[in-house]
Amino acid sequence: MASNIFAFAESRGGELRRAALEAVTAARGVADATGGQVHAMLAGDAGIGAHAAKLGAAGADVVLVLENPAFGNYNPEALAATIAARLSTGGYRAAFFVSSAQGRDLAPRVAAKCALPLAVDVTEFTVGGDSATVKHPGYTGKVIQSFTLKSATAILSLRPGAVLPKENAKAGTIEQISSIIDPRSSRVVVTETVKGTGAKLDLGEAPVIVSGGRGLKEASNFKLVEDLAAAFGNAAVGATRAVTDEGWRPHSDQIGQTGRLVSPQLYIACGISGAIQHLAGMRTSKTIVAINKDKEAPIFKIADYGIVGDCLEILPVLTAAVKEAKKGA
Amino acid sequence: MKIAVLIKRVPDMDVRFKIAASGTNIDESGLKFDISDFDGYAVEAALQIKEKQADPAASEVVVISLGPDVVQETLRKAMSMGADRAVQLKHDAPVHDSSAIAAALAAELKLGSYDLIMFGRMSIDTANQSTGPIAAELLALPIVTAISKLEIDGGKVKARRELEGAYELIECPLPAVVTIDEGIARPRYPSLKGIMAAKKKPLEVKPANVASERYTLDKMELPPERAAGRIIGEGKDAVPELVRLLKEEAKVL
Ligand SMILES: Cc1cc2nc3c(=O)[nH]c(=O)nc-3n(C[C@H](O)[C@H](O)[C@H](O)COP(=O)(O)OP(=O)(O)OC[C@H]3O[C@@H](n4cnc5c(N)ncnc54)[C@H](O)[C@@H]3O)c2cc1C
Ligand SMILES: Nc1ncnc2c1ncn2[C@@H]1O[C@H](COP(=O)(O)O)[C@@H](O)[C@H]1O
Repeated sequence: MASNIFAFAESRGGELRRAALEAVTAARGVADATGGQVHAMLAGDAGIGAHAAKLGAAGADVVLVLENPAFGNYNPEALAATIAARLSTGGYRAAFFVSSAQGRDLAPRVAAKCALPLAVDVTEFTVGGDSATVKHPGYTGKVIQSFTLKSATAILSLRPGAVLPKENAKAGTIEQISSIIDPRSSRVVVTETVKGTGAKLDLGEAPVIVSGGRGLKEASNFKLVEDLAAAFGNAAVGATRAVTDEGWRPHSDQIGQTGRLVSPQLYIACGISGAIQHLAGMRTSKTIVAINKDKEAPIFKIADYGIVGDCLEILPVLTAAVKEAKKGA
Repeated sequence: MKIAVLIKRVPDMDVRFKIAASGTNIDESGLKFDISDFDGYAVEAALQIKEKQADPAASEVVVISLGPDVVQETLRKAMSMGADRAVQLKHDAPVHDSSAIAAALAAELKLGSYDLIMFGRMSIDTANQSTGPIAAELLALPIVTAISKLEIDGGKVKARRELEGAYELIECPLPAVVTIDEGIARPRYPSLKGIMAAKKKPLEVKPANVASERYTLDKMELPPERAAGRIIGEGKDAVPELVRLLKEEAKVL
C-alpha cells in the first residue's frame, strides 16, 4: 500500500540546499494529512550525513543517507537510478523534488525510469489516493495551468519558494544506503563545480532581490546595487538581459523569460525598462519597487512603488535609509 | 555528425492571453506563432556544430516537430536558417504529458541513429522542462540538461550548466542528448536565399504515436491582475516615503 512520502534533499559541495528543507516540509504536510512517514534522501561525499538532523527537524521520519566520494559532485545517473529503485520498491504516495537546476535535471530522469507522471514548477498541490492535482504556471507566467496526475505515486517538483521550510521535528532516524549502480560507471560526469563570485544568497532563495538594468550605465555601478542588497542583509542581486549581454553580470543572474523566474517578497528594479521578457521572470514578486528616470517606462505599470529619477543618485540614499531602518528594527 | 533538433511551435508571448471557451486552451485567434525560444537556440547551436566539421556537407541537421500541419511552417523556418530536412510527427490534439510526447519523439529518434540530439531546456508555453530527459531515458542515451556552452571534442560532449550561484562542467560520450539553455548562441535570421532554399528541402510527414496521457490538463486560468502601479515621487527626496511604505504598508522592511 502506498502511504509514505519521499523527499529528495538537495545538497551541493557538502552543503544542504534550502530546496532540501522545502521538499521535506512539503512531504511532511502530505504525511500529516494522509498518514505515512516522510523518507528524505541525502547523497554526497563522506560526511554529508551530518545534515540529517536538519532534515529530521523539518519533518523527516527517516533520513536515507548515501555517502560515497563519487557523489561529491552531482552524479545524475547514479542518483536517478538509486532514487528510482527506492520508489519502485513501492510504498510511496508521492515523491517531492524542487525545480532548482539540480531538481530540474533529476526529477524527469526518475520519472522516466519509474514510468510515473511528473509535474514541475508546481506552485500548489493536493495528493489523493490514486491521483494528485497541481497548479503549474506556463506561458511565461501569464497562464496558470491545473493538471491531474493519474497514478498511485506522483512525482512533484516544486517551484523554488512555493513551500516555506518549517520546523516540525520528527525522529530523523538515519538509514545508510548505497548506490544501486556503480557510481563511477555513470556516463554523465560532472568534472567540476565552480562557485560563482556572486552574493551568498541565491536568487531563488532570497526574500529580497535588487536588480539592475542598462540604466546603471556601466559594470562598476553594480556596486550600488550590491550595497543596497547588503544593507537589506537578506537580498540577492539580479540583472536584465541587456546587462548579461554586456557581460556586466553573469548569465546566471539574468531574470526573465530566458533567465531565472523569481518571486521574492520584495523586488527592486533599478534602471530597468520593464520589457515583457523581463517582467515574465519577476511579475509574481509580492512587492515591486521601480527606480527609473523615464516616467513612461513600462516597469512603472506593475511597480507598487515607483520613483522617477536617476538611480545612480537615488541608490546610495536608499541604501543609507535601509541601513538606518534595519538598525531601528 | 548527424544531429536532430526537436522544435516546438509556440505562440508569441508578447501579448495578453485570453482563455478559450473550453477553459483548457488559450484563445489562439490573432496570435502569432514561432519556434520556441530555447529550440531556436538549439537549431543555431546545431548549425554551428555542423559548420565547424571538417566536411560540413557530410553532416546533417534534421529538425523534428510533433503537432498539427501548422508546425510545417515552423519546420520550414528552421530549414530556412539552414537545417537540411524536417520531419513532422502529425498529431492534431494538444498533448500535455511530457512522457507521452517524449515517447512519440523517441520512437522517431530511434530510427535516425543520430550522434547528437538537441532539445530546448523548456518549451516556452507549457514549460514541462522534462521532454528531453524523458526521451533520453527511453532511448537509454546519456543526457546533459540546460547547457549554456557546448563543445564536441573527440567523440565527447563537453558542456557547462548554470546553477544557482555556480556552474558545472560536464562531460559525456556521444551519442548523447542535450537540452539547450540561453547563452549558447543567438539564432540567426533566415536569409532570403535560405528562405528560397527551404522551400525545396524535404519535409516528411508521419503519424505520431501518442499514448494515452497520465498528466492531463483540467483548466487554464489567468493569474490575478496586479494592482495598477503608483509613482510615489521624484528623485532622492522620495526615498523617506518609499522606506515608510516598505515598512508600514508592504511590511517588507
Ligand atoms: C527571445 C528574447 C528573450 C529575452 N529574455 C530576456 C530575459 O530573460 N530577461 C531580460 O531581462 N530580458 C530579456 N530579453 C530582452 C528584453 O527584451 C529587454 O531588451 C531587456 O530586458 C532590457 O533590459 P534593460 O531594462 O536593462 O534595458 P533597457 O530596455 O535599455 O532599459 C534601460 C532603462 O534604464 C532607464 N535609465 C537609464 N538611465 C537611468 C538612470 N541613470 N537612472 C534610472 N534609470 C535609468 C531607462 O529609462 C530605461 O527604461 C529577451 C528578449 C528576447 C527577444
Ligand atoms: N510537440 C513537440 N515537438 C517537438 N519537440 C518538442 C515538442 N514538445 C516539446 N518538445 C521539445 O522538448 C523541449 C522541452 O519541452 P517541455 O518539456 O515541454 O518544456 C522543447 O524545448 C522541445 O525541444
